[in-house]
Amino acid sequence: MKHTGRYGDFGGYYVPEVLIPALEEIEKAFYHFKDDAVFKEELESLRADYLGRETPLYFAKRFSEYVGYKVYLKREDLVHGGAHKGNNTLGQGLLAKYMGKTKLIAETGAGQHGLATSMIGALFDFDTKIFMGSVDVARQSVNVHKMKLCGASVVPVSAGSGTLKDAINDALRYWCSNLSDTFYLFGTAAGPHPFPEIVRYFQTVIGIEARKQILVKENRLPDMIVACVGGGSNAIGLFSGFLEDESVKIVGVEAGGKGIDTTHHCATLTKGRVGVFHGAKGYLLQDEVGQVFESESISAGLDYPGVGPEHSYLKASGRAEYVPANDEEVLDAFEILIKTEGIIPALESSHALAYLISMRGKLDPNTVVVANLSGRGDKDVGIVEEHRPLK
Amino acid sequence: MITYKQKFDSLSSGALIPFFVIGDPDLDTSFEIVKTAIDAGADVLELGIPFSDPIADGPTIQKADIRALDSGVTPAKALEFIKRVTEYKDIPIGLLVYYNLIYQYGIEKFMLDFAAAGGNSVLIADLCIDDVDEVKAAIEAAGLETVHMVTPNTSDERLESIVEKTSGFVYTVAVLGVTGSRDEVSDLVNPLIKRLKAATKTPVCVGFGISKPQHAVDVLDAGADGVIVGSRLVKIIEENLDDKEKMIAEISTALKGFRDAIDNR
Repeated sequence: MKHTGRYGDFGGYYVPEVLIPALEEIEKAFYHFKDDAVFKEELESLRADYLGRETPLYFAKRFSEYVGYKVYLKREDLVHGGAHKGNNTLGQGLLAKYMGKTKLIAETGAGQHGLATSMIGALFDFDTKIFMGSVDVARQSVNVHKMKLCGASVVPVSAGSGTLKDAINDALRYWCSNLSDTFYLFGTAAGPHPFPEIVRYFQTVIGIEARKQILVKENRLPDMIVACVGGGSNAIGLFSGFLEDESVKIVGVEAGGKGIDTTHHCATLTKGRVGVFHGAKGYLLQDEVGQVFESESISAGLDYPGVGPEHSYLKASGRAEYVPANDEEVLDAFEILIKTEGIIPALESSHALAYLISMRGKLDPNTVVVANLSGRGDKDVGIVEEHRPLK
Repeated sequence: MITYKQKFDSLSSGALIPFFVIGDPDLDTSFEIVKTAIDAGADVLELGIPFSDPIADGPTIQKADIRALDSGVTPAKALEFIKRVTEYKDIPIGLLVYYNLIYQYGIEKFMLDFAAAGGNSVLIADLCIDDVDEVKAAIEAAGLETVHMVTPNTSDERLESIVEKTSGFVYTVAVLGVTGSRDEVSDLVNPLIKRLKAATKTPVCVGFGISKPQHAVDVLDAGADGVIVGSRLVKIIEENLDDKEKMIAEISTALKGFRDAIDNR
């Protein structure tokens, strides 16, 4: 490897020897093509015409009135596919194409990354295989159907808990055996180097746009930026645009699930200890001896017992603050945004909104906050209905 | 405590190295299995501590990990188990483990406790040669030998660096992939054995997909010094969970089959 992939002491590439040549190949290609004029031009063009960028930075007037300070929403829910995931899958898919790979594999939890990968698989005519926990296959049948419509095959993973981490385990195993023609399109800014760096690179467009837009609209930097954190890709996308702006407070909101004092949550940075998992050193939900926990949350997209290494670093260095929001607060936030703005947010993104609501009346009315509305919530309407049936 | 060098020097044919997950399906049965393997002619033991997310292992070993975890195996209990084994017989023991378990136990303490239990080497499946400095001092302080993996796609430059840091034996992975039984030995293995033999005098042992006695003969004929047999044996455990006598008898028969083939080649 040319680089260590470290964020402080976090990150790295803790993988079996057999994967090293594959990671080296991706690292080399990434550093080459990210500065290649043809690659950049095609990426820019597809970002605009396929994904629909740039996305608006929307002043949420009625929601702002509700919380008592100024809230701008970065509308990643309007990206083609319905979430920020497309930023990454387009970028990595293009990289795979330029590398001459013919097959894509990806893991997925709720199916959003699987769908965003399948979409790109169709766009570039890849043979696409999505690894998905068998439990998730059963509870996300609509997304499974959409992936298949895109021409992808969906591999149910029943080993272990049958959820996201098991899907990643099996995708890594499959990749070990099929390195020559297969590109592993990793879904979040976690895993071994160079994945955290690549995913950050393709998601940083969120923060770059948001910084430019807020300077136009408010003629100043925001006081605070907020995003939900599972693996952490939408958050690092937004945060990366503001890391050097010391006056900007950075808040990541984790899934508190049924409460962080229960075992039913995925508040990795709030409750985890540093360990080594899925190729990287970072905070991790684990038992006393180091066996990794199953995580749990109302939003499958945040349901991951690890977290991206840069978030571990930002927590340890104090640059960012990470707080949990529990399921009930998230459902409240989901309802309040719809009622005040007519926007259905993803339950993942509703974690960021829940934090904003927790600060209701506590901030100066002139406070300016940018929150990442990372995805739309159409996929979650059924889950919300289960928890809070309409009267 | 017998070292790898003493053991390999004493062998007239290839080394037979069975692999088991400690505590599969439970600690007592697992101990009976390991004793059986020693009595059936194992020269060295490769043992694993079960982990929740074994990414280098195929489905057979993963299921063994789950059985062992369900039976309550922890790293501390695994070390006690190793002590019981070395008290039964002075045999070299290599450990195959995932990094997080050692990291949480405390790297220095783990290596010292493992050495005190009579173990020889700790191979960390998800710690590649670039990062071995994280554990090097602890391994040296505990007086342990080193075993590292080489795979068919390892570059010459990395291979040099790996063999230079290996004192026990080179764990030679026969396939591009994870552990598991296979019908044929991969055609990638012979060229890899040749590369290793040209690069080092340290014994070269081949694992991943050594499922039949003929596979063992083939890789030993190609110049290897030993074979590691894992999934083939662990599968016998899986298939005989309700009949432990048969489980142990079949493991004994299978290992004797390997032993005879190796000795008569």
